[in-house]
Formats: sequence, C-alpha cells, structure tokens
Amino acid sequence: MSRILQTLLDSLTVGSLYGLIALGYTMVYGILQFINFAHSDIFMLGAWFSFELSKTFGWSKNPPPFWAAPLVLILAMTLCGAVGFTIERLAYKPLRKAPRLNVLITAIGVSLLIENVGQLPWALGTQPQSMPTLINDRVLFSILGVGFHLVDLLVIGVAFALMVVLQWLVYGTKLGLGMRAVSFDTKTASLMGINVDAVISFTFVTGSALAAAAGLLFALKYSGLKQSADSQWVLLGLKAFVAAVVGGIGNVRGAVLGGLMIGAIEQFGAAYVYAPLRDVYVFSVLILVLLVKPTGLLGKAVVEKV
Amino acid sequence: MTTALSQRGQELAPTPIVAAPRFLAPLAAGVVLAILLELVLPSPQTNLKSKIFLDIGINVILAVSLNMVNGFTGQFSMGHAGFMAVGGYAAATITYYGSFALWGNPDTHGVSGNALFFLACLAAGLVAAALGYLVGLPSLRLRGDYLAIVTLGFGEIVRVLVQLTQPVLVTPERVHEVGFPGVLGYLGGALGFSGQYGIPTYTNIFWAYAFVTVTLVSAYRMKRSTWGRAFLAVRENEIAAEAMGVHTTKVKVRAFVVAAFFAGIAGSLYGHETGALNPATLGFMRSFDIIIMVVLGGMGSVSGSVVAAVILTILPEALRPVADYRMVVYALSLIVMMILRPQGIFGIREVWELGPFKRFFVEKR
Amino acid sequence: MLEVRSISIQFGGLKAVCDFSLSLEKGCLQGLIGPNGAGKTTVFNLLTGVYRPTEGKIELDGKAVNGLKPYQIAAAGMARTFQNIRLFGDLSVLDNVRIACHLRTEQSMLGAIFRSPLHRGEERAILERAHKLLEIFKLQDREGEQARNLPYGDQRRLEIARAIATDPKVLLLDEPAAGMNPQEKKALRELIDFVRKEFGLTVLLIEHDMGLVMEICERITVLDHGVTIAHGTAAEVSNDPKVIEAYLGAPSEGN
Repeated sequence: MSRILQTLLDSLTVGSLYGLIALGYTMVYGILQFINFAHSDIFMLGAWFSFELSKTFGWSKNPPPFWAAPLVLILAMTLCGAVGFTIERLAYKPLRKAPRLNVLITAIGVSLLIENVGQLPWALGTQPQSMPTLINDRVLFSILGVGFHLVDLLVIGVAFALMVVLQWLVYGTKLGLGMRAVSFDTKTASLMGINVDAVISFTFVTGSALAAAAGLLFALKYSGLKQSADSQWVLLGLKAFVAAVVGGIGNVRGAVLGGLMIGAIEQFGAAYVYAPLRDVYVFSVLILVLLVKPTGLLGKAVVEKV
Repeated sequence: MTTALSQRGQELAPTPIVAAPRFLAPLAAGVVLAILLELVLPSPQTNLKSKIFLDIGINVILAVSLNMVNGFTGQFSMGHAGFMAVGGYAAATITYYGSFALWGNPDTHGVSGNALFFLACLAAGLVAAALGYLVGLPSLRLRGDYLAIVTLGFGEIVRVLVQLTQPVLVTPERVHEVGFPGVLGYLGGALGFSGQYGIPTYTNIFWAYAFVTVTLVSAYRMKRSTWGRAFLAVRENEIAAEAMGVHTTKVKVRAFVVAAFFAGIAGSLYGHETGALNPATLGFMRSFDIIIMVVLGGMGSVSGSVVAAVILTILPEALRPVADYRMVVYALSLIVMMILRPQGIFGIREVWELGPFKRFFVEKR
Repeated sequence: MLEVRSISIQFGGLKAVCDFSLSLEKGCLQGLIGPNGAGKTTVFNLLTGVYRPTEGKIELDGKAVNGLKPYQIAAAGMARTFQNIRLFGDLSVLDNVRIACHLRTEQSMLGAIFRSPLHRGEERAILERAHKLLEIFKLQDREGEQARNLPYGDQRRLEIARAIATDPKVLLLDEPAAGMNPQEKKALRELIDFVRKEFGLTVLLIEHDMGLVMEICERITVLDHGVTIAHGTAAEVSNDPKVIEAYLGAPSEGN
C-alpha cells in the first residue's frame, strides 16, 4: 500500500515536470504546426543556467538565503525566454511559409547547435556537475510510512502554480485570446488585426520560460547535471513530447493531463514491471495512442482542404 | 485481368535474353571495380586513408538508403541508425556465435568464413527490413512530424534493449550451452559487442564497395522506374498522388522497408570493420549524421547523397584539430542551408542531369 | 455509368451536402454549378473518396464505390482535377503524366530493380501513352520542364492530361477554365469535346463560367448550400427562378 503511495507521489513529481515541458511543445505546435525539437534543449539550459547562476552567486560554497531559489527561478526563466525568442526570430521566422519538413530540419539544427555550443570549454563544458543545494530538503510529513519531501512538494507546487498562471494567460487575457486565434487560423487572425509576430514570439517566450522552470526544478530534485549533449536531456524532452501528444497536441490542458499520465506510466512501469525498460513503456504508449487516437485524449483533428 | 497498359507493356517487352545483359552490366562492373580496389589499395586495418575510403562506402550506403525515405517519399525518419544497429547485431550474432559453432573460435576463416559473412549481411538486411515493416506500417499513416518522433523513439528503444543484454560469451562450451536463440541475450550490453575477441573483421574494401554497387544500382533503378515516380509523387503532393491511384501508405512502407534493408547491411559492414559494436555510437547522433548527409546532398538525389557522404566522411578527419567545433559547424550549416538553399546541393536531380551533362542523358523517345 | 443516390456529408453540425443525387449515362457531359460555397467541390470529394458520405450510395459502372479510398476509386475508373491546381511541381511535365499511369502497371518493385522484361516493356508503354497524351494537349514541347514553371493555362491542361492518363471511365473537372482568357476557353471547350469522344469518357464539370457550361453541358445540376435546387438542360436551368435567385440575378459571363 505504501509502495503505491510512493509511486503515486513519484508519478506526480515527475509528471509535473513532464507537463511543464509538454506545454512548450504543445503551444508551439498549436500555432505553427511543427515540433520544436530544440525545446528539450531549452529545458537543459534552464537546468544549467540555474547551476551557473547559483555558482556565480557563490551558493555552492556558502549556504544560500531563502530567496535564492525563487531568484534563480526568475532569472533562469528570463534567460531561457530570451533564448526562445532569439531562436524563433532567427531560425524559424524565415521559414514560416516553407514546407514543414524544412522547419523540422532547422529545429534539429538549432537543437544540435545549442547542445554542442553548450559543450564547448568556454561555455558549460563536458563535465557533469552537481547542483548546489538551494533548498534544504527534509521530510515534511509521512503518510503510511511514505515520506513527503519538501523538494518534491515544491516541484509539484511550483509546476501547478505556473500551469494555473498559464491557464489564466491563455484563457483570461487578450494576448491569450490572440494565441488561440492564431492557433486556429493564422491568416484570419492577422486580418483581424492581431499582431501575429508578437503572438508567436510570446508563445515561444512563455514555453521556454516554463521549460526553464522545469529545468530548475529538475536540478533541485535530482542535482546531477550531465553535459549538454548527453542523451539524458533529449530523452526527457522526448518523453515530455509524448506527453503532449497523448494529451492532445495543441491543447494546453491536454499537455498537463498527458504529463501526469506519462509520469504515472513511467513510474508504475518502473516500480512494478521492470525498471530499466521505463523508456520503452513511454514509447509504447506513444505508438498505441498514435495508432488508436492520433489526436490524443483532448485534441481534435485538423482537416486539410482538398 | 490485365490492364490495357500492361498488355501493351508485354507487347513491347524485350525477351529475357536481351534484357539480362542490361540488368547485369552495372552490377558486374561495380563488383569488378570493387575487386580491383581491394587488390590495389592498402588494408584499411593499417592504412588511415584506406579506412576513410571504406567508411565512405558505408556512409554512402546509409545516406542513399535514408534518401529513399526522406528524399524520394518525403517522409522524415529519424531512426535510421536503429536499423543499422539491428542489422549490425544480427550479423555479428551470426558470424561470431556461428564461428564458435562451426569452428570453435571467432577468428576469420578464409573463403568459408567470407561466405558466412555474406550470409550474415543478407540476414542483417532482412531482419532490419522486417523490423522496418513492423515500425513503418503503423507509423507511416501519420503526419510527418509524428513519424519523426516515432522513428526517433524506435532508435532509442533498440539502444535501450541492446544495453540490457549480457556480456558476450567467449568459450565454445558456453556458446553450445546457451544455444540459439539464447545467444541473443548475450550481445555485450552497454559495453558493446566486443570484449576479448571481438567480431571477426571480414569487412574490407571489396565487400563494402560490392554492397555500395548494389545499393546505388537499386536506388537509381528504383528512382527511374514507375515506382520511383510514385515515391516522388507522394512527396510532392500526397493528395494528388492518391487521386491518381497511388496507394500512398503502401508506397511509403515499401520505401521504408527497402531503406531499412540497406541500413541493416551497412550496420553489418560497420560491425565487422573494427570488430566492435557500441550501442552508444548507434543512437540518434548517428541518425543525425546520416540525415545531414541526405539534406546536404539533396533530398531525392542519389548522386547527391554520394557526394555528401564523401564530403562528410572526410571532413571530420580534416577537422580533427577543432573537433569540438565540428558539430557546431554542422548545426549552423544545417540551419543556414534550410533558410538559403533547402534543396541541398542537387535537389531532386542527379549530377548528370544538370548543366553541361544534360545533353548526353536526355530521355530517349 | 455513374449513379449517385442521396449522398450527404456532415461536418460537425453543418450538413455541407444534403441528399445529393445524380445520374450520368455513359459518354454524357454534365455540369455542376452553384454560387461559391455551395458544396460543389465537396461533392467531388465525396465521389472520389476524399470524404466518406454519411448517407447514400455511389455506383461507378455498377460497382459500389462509396467508402473506398481515393486510390481505389481511381483504379475503379474515376479521375479528377483540382480546384486549386495540385500538380507535382518539382517534377517534369512528362513525369506528372507518367505517374498517373502507375496504377495500371503490374511490375513489382523487385522487377524494377532487376530490370525485368515486364518492367522494360511497361516503361516503354508508359512513355508511349504519356507522349500521346501530351501531343493531344499540345504540351509535348515542354515535356522536360518543371510543372511549376508552366504558364497557368498550361498547368490546368496538364492536370487534365494527367487525370486522363489514369485510363478513367468518368472524368471530374473542377473549374478547368478558371483564370483562362476567352481564346483559351474556346480551345478548352474543343479539347474537352475531343477528349470525351476520343477516350469514350463520361464527364462531370464544375464551372463558374456560364457561357462554357451552357454551351457544352447536356444537362446541368444547380447546387446551393449543399442542396440541389434545379436540374435540367441549359435553357431550363437558366430560366428557373430559384436558380436566378441563388445567383442574385441573371447568370453572367465569368465571375
């Protein structure tokens, strides 16, 4: 019984991370109809920026103040938002009218660029690093013998807080209305006076900021950061993308739902079936969903005009 | 009931005796060339330039085969290295464990050993093709981006599964004990298929370029046939292609399976070159390397893939002093190319269809 | 030849085509007209398998084809052109036509790689048929050019040539005269007539150019908001008050 609870807790924690990253994938796909392969690298940068910032502030040596983590969060989100903005303007904007295949290839190029520049000696280097402890973890309370750690609860809490903010942004603000309009029909949206460029940039910035938050939370929970081109990052990003697809690509609520589902499948599969095959379970779900209901749980089909 | 077109085709068909030389000629020429190169060039095991030449051959097979999917049919596969891995491991199992079964040790064994190797290569291709069918059939019904993710995932799953296997067996007794298919559980795991003996190193210039010949001839003939045109139609405008009677899913799966076949053979050649197979080097980085070749050469151009494979095999050697920056340069080139010249060097055309060569190769009436 | 009985299709809450019926005898030439958005192309899409009708039955030469995929319907003998030209742009004019011959070939892919006699023969037959069609459509001089580089009128003619290359029984033409000047339209009129007799085709034509429609169509069906509002000869239809009302005035030349 306690094992189930533990696995559920892990699912929630991991699932929140996947959800945060999945939101970026799904929003970009919603407005531009392509998979931003470089998104997982933004997540990676979020984690590494958090590390570098913490080191710069000297918190690897001295104990950090209570406002350390929130500060790093805001800074990392801003930095990654800027990176996302730059990528969109320089690499994706020129290809707005190009075949989707070309943009896909460009996205791969951007992804490779970030990963390999990150590994250069004057950048992040090739050595794995350990994230300084910004928050002293401790068990807050126990239920059925399962310890609820502060860090885990923070991960879940912050992730959900951000998702709520995004929900408000997309459904409660004018900018969000613009986003939804553009994702529905770009041409008409621009004819209605919506600044499509601004909406697209905003989408990228928001998605990147969320991925950055996921990066910091990841670093706080797992502390070990592998080098930028390591498959660890791509694999995590890939699983988050699966989450976006499962939930319904283009659908914001679907991304959150998908994230939680994929988190659960991975954790339960690892705990109860065979741990080393955790990635296989996630991909099997992807294949299954694409075979049975490609639009995902909450997505709807896009009909091409013939 | 045959169609009117096909009946007319049968009327116009040459007799088999007349047809055979045309079919055999390029293959025979290629094999003869491969033999000559093998005799003339120093061994790749000792000479670096020869090794690079051999690697070019393997990369040509990989690039040209991926072009069939990404180029001809316009479907974006990102798991080509997965088929290479499957083929490599299948072939290694046959030659390594087969050697134990036949001769008691995994050394190379002259003519009969080479025969075993040839069979292993064919098996590698067939196993990879079968897997290609299983993966392709459900996925190719999906939109482009989804296929990319599924194939990427497939490549990763192959890697994960291989990494779970046990260390390679090293005594004939153990091999006999475990038997087939048990040995499939002993592929070396994360350390790769190597260890004390390693895979028998049958790959030489001859084998590589004999298979290069087969690949090039197959790819080019496919492209110039009605099937090739059907592939290109699917890429150009899938809805129109289907309206004109092309079974788009069947066509896409065919291309995918053939591509996987040749990737499997390339994997076999690769594994038997250095005697080792490492799952870490057969992940999506390898798939990306091949994708870059196809994109650079021109998606849809067989000769373009050849040119790109040559350039991108030699370049890393030439750029060795600044190895860190190699991938950065690649990545930037990819981005810039997509913005400025997305069709790559040759686009859909072959080298000889451009400019000054055109006069010599116009369609005969 | 083509029997359409009460087909309908619904998109969400909107019934785009409702209870549409049509009967085409072998060798006839009929027109399908209506204001923009009436559902004409949707009918074509239903007939060719792009959409699956929610109700109704479609029979081609006695064989039921509703629910079949587009490539199967093409194989059964129904070919079409598109309202927004869908040529294989990067490929040559010749190749565009040759691709349409693929469904009538029987060679295997292995046969192509091995250059089997059947493959060689079929390639020659395909070339023969493609050249013949290009000559009829006066495109033979441009056979090596990329399809996207052709002038607009030539592109439309190429689409028709390509459709005929599939060896169809029924030909569906979606606004073949769109964007053409009067001389081109006259040539098109003669071409459609010639092709119909030469290949024994049954033709259904969507057009906005009333002059063209009235001149060559034996019978005309008028569609408005997915519903048939009139059916008959050119004279009958042009005098029908419902038709006049749908178009807000007398039918005029062009748009």
